[in-house]
Amino acid sequence: MALQSLDIIRRSATTLPSPEARGAHSGQVAKLIDVTKCIGCKACQVACMEWNDLRDEVGTCVGSYNNPPDLTEESWTVMKFSEYEHADGNLEWLIRKDGCMHCADPGCLKACPSPGAIVQYANGIVDFHEKTASGCGYCVAGCPFNVPRISKKDNKAYKCTLCSDRVSVGLEPACVKTCPTGCITFGSKEDMQQHAAERIEDLKSRGFDNAGLYDPQGVGGTHVMYVLHHADKPELYSDLPKDPKISATVGLWKGIAKPLGVLAIIATAAAGFLHYIGIGPNETTEHDEEEAQRELEKEKTP
Amino acid sequence: MSSDGESRQGQIVRYGPALRINHWIVAGSFILVALSGLALFHPALFWLTNLFGGGPWTRILHPFIGLVMVAAFALIGAKLWCENIMRPYDWEWLHKIRDVVENREDRLPEIGKYNAGQKLLFYTIILCLLGLLASGLVIWRAYFAIYFPIWFIRIAALLHAFCGFVLICSIIVHIYAAIWVKGSVRAMTRGTVSDGWAWKHHRLWFREVTRGQRK
Repeated sequence: MALQSLDIIRRSATTLPSPEARGAHSGQVAKLIDVTKCIGCKACQVACMEWNDLRDEVGTCVGSYNNPPDLTEESWTVMKFSEYEHADGNLEWLIRKDGCMHCADPGCLKACPSPGAIVQYANGIVDFHEKTASGCGYCVAGCPFNVPRISKKDNKAYKCTLCSDRVSVGLEPACVKTCPTGCITFGSKEDMQQHAAERIEDLKSRGFDNAGLYDPQGVGGTHVMYVLHHADKPELYSDLPKDPKISATVGLWKGIAKPLGVLAIIATAAAGFLHYIGIGPNETTEHDEEEAQRELEKEKTP
Repeated sequence: MSSDGESRQGQIVRYGPALRINHWIVAGSFILVALSGLALFHPALFWLTNLFGGGPWTRILHPFIGLVMVAAFALIGAKLWCENIMRPYDWEWLHKIRDVVENREDRLPEIGKYNAGQKLLFYTIILCLLGLLASGLVIWRAYFAIYFPIWFIRIAALLHAFCGFVLICSIIVHIYAAIWVKGSVRAMTRGTVSDGWAWKHHRLWFREVTRGQRK
């Protein structure tokens, strides 16, 4: 998405502030996915394709309802189906709509080397600007949720935009609009948290003691949240990470390594310069040449 | 000026034409790969991508230039391997690094074609290039990255950056040494050094290569 924005709070590979005159004065946004209400109809996948004009390759059955089996550059959201056998023998069909979580502290943005290829708007949406993407794939390494996908066609990275184009004109994301069960809702993050709290209370009254909200604080919270029946075991939902964080390796690589590396280069060059100025060059003198000749002569005339 | 060590008019051949050309292929590709690598590493240096035609072109070219550098250096490395094995007098030379830095060469032991600093640089370059090659293949998004798990790519990216910085710093030392020790650059441009240069800096090598001319 590359509309001119005046509400950018974070921009990849950039130190100075971006245009941010416009704020999100009515609060940041969030999409709440209540997986306990999901019937796996995939209407959200279709709505995403329609609104974003994406037509992924029609795949093959891989032995489950997952189709495509995983996110791709043309499938920005995918329903993930997992069968969970409960200790009491009950089978639960846990269905999770996978896609970008729109982290408050986005690992993709942190890893991106291209200024402005990834931005975060004041409303919390994390968006890729494919025009400036270089195709290096660092965002893939940076994401704690394994979401960005690099296109084979153009080598650009793609993911859910949270329909930033719709949201910017006051509409809800396409998946929210289409969801027939009201499983996906959209609004201010605060409202969504409140709505989730009500749902969790209801779930608990029905025996789901571990029901809870998935809004992982390791990435500063997310602008896509889940209501889970088993919030204590998010990994049941097709490996939703329990405590996602920007990897320490990425933190090191994109944190301290950057200034230290550049400093090391400057220091090495400066050491050379100072050595030359302070001690000076090592020259071969006439004396050395004479010594060399003397040694050669000496050998010739034993 | 064909064979190593042949002496004419006070000059000794240090490098033949093939090695000199190869050295400058490595040097040129190093400059390009370092500039493009820094461009992708530090946002403050992203403007360097302009030298290569923008972000995507930098991303496309960087790994190929890197392969040229590794391949060309492999030939140099194979040729110079034997002359870079550490000898007892090299450790003694290292021990007196203060005298080296302060140009008090008369206090240093007599050494062969390469001094201990050059030898250690040689090994550092080899290690860095191996690290860069291996990690570079892992993070090469267009062809190989899809075959590796993300945690492995993260480690490879960090290792790639680390080896890159060690190599860049090492090459700065290498370039500075050539500026510092006068008469060295000629060895890589014209192929020869003066008898006095060889006698002063690499006396054992000087004796070895001039033995043929002695009776």
